[in-house]
Amino acid sequence: MNASAATDLWKVFDEIHPDLKPKQVMEEANRCLFCFDAPCTKACPTGIDVPSFIRKIATGNLKGSARVIMEANPMGATCARVCPTEELCEGACVLGEASLPVMIGDLQKHATNWAMKNHPQLFEAGKPSGREIAIVGAGPAGLSAARQLARFGHQVTIYEKREKPGGLDTYGIVPFRLPQKVALWEADQVEQLGVMIKTGIAVGRDISADFIQTHFDAVMLAVGMADVPDLGIPGEELDGVFSALELIEKVKDGQVTDRFMGRTAIVVGAGNTAIDAATTLKRLGATRVQMIYRRTESEMTAYPAEYRFAKEDGITCSWLTQPKKVIGDTAGRVTGVECARMRLGKPDGSGRRRPIEIENSNFLLEADIFVKAIGQGRHTSLIDAFRLKHDHGIVSVDARTFQTSDPNVFAAGDVTFGNGSGEATVVAAAQQGKLAALAIHRQLMSRV
Amino acid sequence: MADLRIDFAGIKSGNPFWLASGPPTNTGYQVQRAFEAGWGGAVWKTLGEPVINVTSRFSGMHYGSQRVAGFNNIELITDRPLEINLQEIEETKVNYPDHTIIASLMVEPKREKWHEIVKKVEAAGVDGLELNFGCPHGMAERGMGAASGQVPELVEKQTCWAKEAAETPVIVKLTPNITDITATAYAASQGGADAISMINTINSLMGVDLDTWNTIPNVAGKGTHGGYCGPAVKPIALSMVAECARDPDISVPISGIGGIENWRDAAEFMLMGASCVQICTAAMHHGFRIVEDLIDGLNNYLDSKGIASVMDLVGQSVPKYMSWGDLDLNHKRVARINLDQCIHCNKCYIACEDAAHQCIEWFVDAKGKRALKVREEDCVGCNLCSIVCPAEGAIHMIDQPGEFPMTWNERQHLIHTIGG
Repeated sequence: MNASAATDLWKVFDEIHPDLKPKQVMEEANRCLFCFDAPCTKACPTGIDVPSFIRKIATGNLKGSARVIMEANPMGATCARVCPTEELCEGACVLGEASLPVMIGDLQKHATNWAMKNHPQLFEAGKPSGREIAIVGAGPAGLSAARQLARFGHQVTIYEKREKPGGLDTYGIVPFRLPQKVALWEADQVEQLGVMIKTGIAVGRDISADFIQTHFDAVMLAVGMADVPDLGIPGEELDGVFSALELIEKVKDGQVTDRFMGRTAIVVGAGNTAIDAATTLKRLGATRVQMIYRRTESEMTAYPAEYRFAKEDGITCSWLTQPKKVIGDTAGRVTGVECARMRLGKPDGSGRRRPIEIENSNFLLEADIFVKAIGQGRHTSLIDAFRLKHDHGIVSVDARTFQTSDPNVFAAGDVTFGNGSGEATVVAAAQQGKLAALAIHRQLMSRV
Repeated sequence: MADLRIDFAGIKSGNPFWLASGPPTNTGYQVQRAFEAGWGGAVWKTLGEPVINVTSRFSGMHYGSQRVAGFNNIELITDRPLEINLQEIEETKVNYPDHTIIASLMVEPKREKWHEIVKKVEAAGVDGLELNFGCPHGMAERGMGAASGQVPELVEKQTCWAKEAAETPVIVKLTPNITDITATAYAASQGGADAISMINTINSLMGVDLDTWNTIPNVAGKGTHGGYCGPAVKPIALSMVAECARDPDISVPISGIGGIENWRDAAEFMLMGASCVQICTAAMHHGFRIVEDLIDGLNNYLDSKGIASVMDLVGQSVPKYMSWGDLDLNHKRVARINLDQCIHCNKCYIACEDAAHQCIEWFVDAKGKRALKVREEDCVGCNLCSIVCPAEGAIHMIDQPGEFPMTWNERQHLIHTIGG
């Protein structure tokens, strides 16, 4: 593809949700009632003092506003873009009943955009405590914990296996929802407090778990989850089968390809990542993108806003559909997916109705591209290297102390998510990182 | 972080934000909550002979969708026994020794009454006194508040009496219900006041209920005028502060009061000569927590301007405030419409056409679209179009300084010189 075509292609990955205009900002900020004991703040997993940051926008104190946001949520700029606000702060806004909720997410984006543009130093590192902490993983949970620990005065080193910090914010959320520079700015804010982020270092490959455990006063595991697992069906090795995360990661990192131009694609899964993959394929020129899911619309885990967005993009969904086999031609290229029809039975362990295959219902869906977005795998071997108790790769932690089975190793974020506890969202990871940092700080300072 | 500490007529305070005398400073409980929230000081609700208050007492002026653009009250001074108030002042001062407590006082215009109350409140440990010569309602009918505050001789005499007994600084709070506030400000300073504060509330009647024909507010169907305050009175208060600040005969510090709601308002009052500000209505509307952004916003503002101490703001704009006769008659200012930002509501057109100088006209742009432009040679730079314009940045007022500045006063002087 020539350079100008590549540039044009890249434009479709610009952030889709426009910034508020100056007049909108003032109108919205002045619409906020400045509630006391505000429900929006209570609805925020990180407890951002929403009325306070909005009032500061109204009085022209943008630096103060950004500080209020980032104080409560070190991923405040990311969350302004990716949080399901209609279910959280905006869903709780008291004006929702009387008129329309205040556009809290957009105002949060406005204030953090100001900070990104004007580079104020929002926080200071604390007085050096002499304690050193290693964090494995520079995603939202790790960065959030590092920021807090640095403010407590501890020296923090983060080991990150990828080339850039930010975790899924940097690599796993499509750029038209969350530009990479936003996640990198948040990481930069953390680095400015003296946190060392060693990127390109994989624990278990470049450095051993033992080394980390013996050389630091405390260790925090915040490695998140792994790549999309295999479905365990025939044909997954064919040319044209992709993992959704791998697809998104390339685009997020600026690698645009014409590989999907004019293609027909099937995405299996119905979470936010499935939608991200589907909308990305559309932007990369796929003519027809269909999502298939073994349950129905009511069980899908994608946020309603994301689903609406996918539909606006012309993406179709085939419910109660389970892929059985990826079909290829003689050259080993995907030509279609054989699927089975499902029906819903009684609720299973997750509380959702269990999908049951209908016998002899197999049918063929033609496609050149097959994308897997059925959740994420686990970093089991890494967890084993730290000799931590876990359940199928979900690290067991004390809900209060964030300690794992090794009292010196703490864990937060998606690595602890699962089995019906918590939520695998950026905002939840940021909050856990914050709380884990406090728990680590208390533990370290209580030692003689 | 800038230094927000102030020295106001010898009263040292952690920041320039004081709660004004009023309902929020009625009790020790409230004042202590305010100090916890971060207020630098509080002027206790006016003490005197206890009164009986009526219900209802307040009313709000709502403008469009904004609540409390203005606020009116018919509440009198404290209705709690003096002894209780003094006890709570003492307790508050013990718990918060670094916070400023000022006692607001209002008694009959008699020397011994002033001596008596001044001694009592100073014994309770206040940092200063504020003589309430301003409340326009109720107490004025009994010869106190605005009734004495409107007569310069009474202001001077009573200030004198308070000063005779006072060991702490005496601040005189002035009423705006007077033609020229510098007259009473001057009288206060002649009476020995260490500082003045302004403005108290303005005579007002909030409204009439169109169904019952009752006044708003009313007490059992009958109403009376109250005192007006809140954001709407800010320009009146600011001009009164400025008039006093620029008057060379009034050289005492000024505490600015009237419609201050946020740090921007506070900074404006300080630039216009106030060395501390007092706030009441905004705290009544939103609670004591507003002080957090007052402090944070002012701090960030001072940092962004590279100003180390808030005291360095005080009075910086006063030299820019003068008599009309000292303004440059040859200065030209014109409006310019920025079509990139224009939303084509045509509000500027009709405002100029009907109420100004008919200098905005239609033209057809390159794309054949009708648009507006200013005929600059006829524009008098009145600002009306930019005031009514709802679109950010759509109308700019462009200054075109004249080559030979000349004020009215200079012009008259010249005419007299040539003529003579």
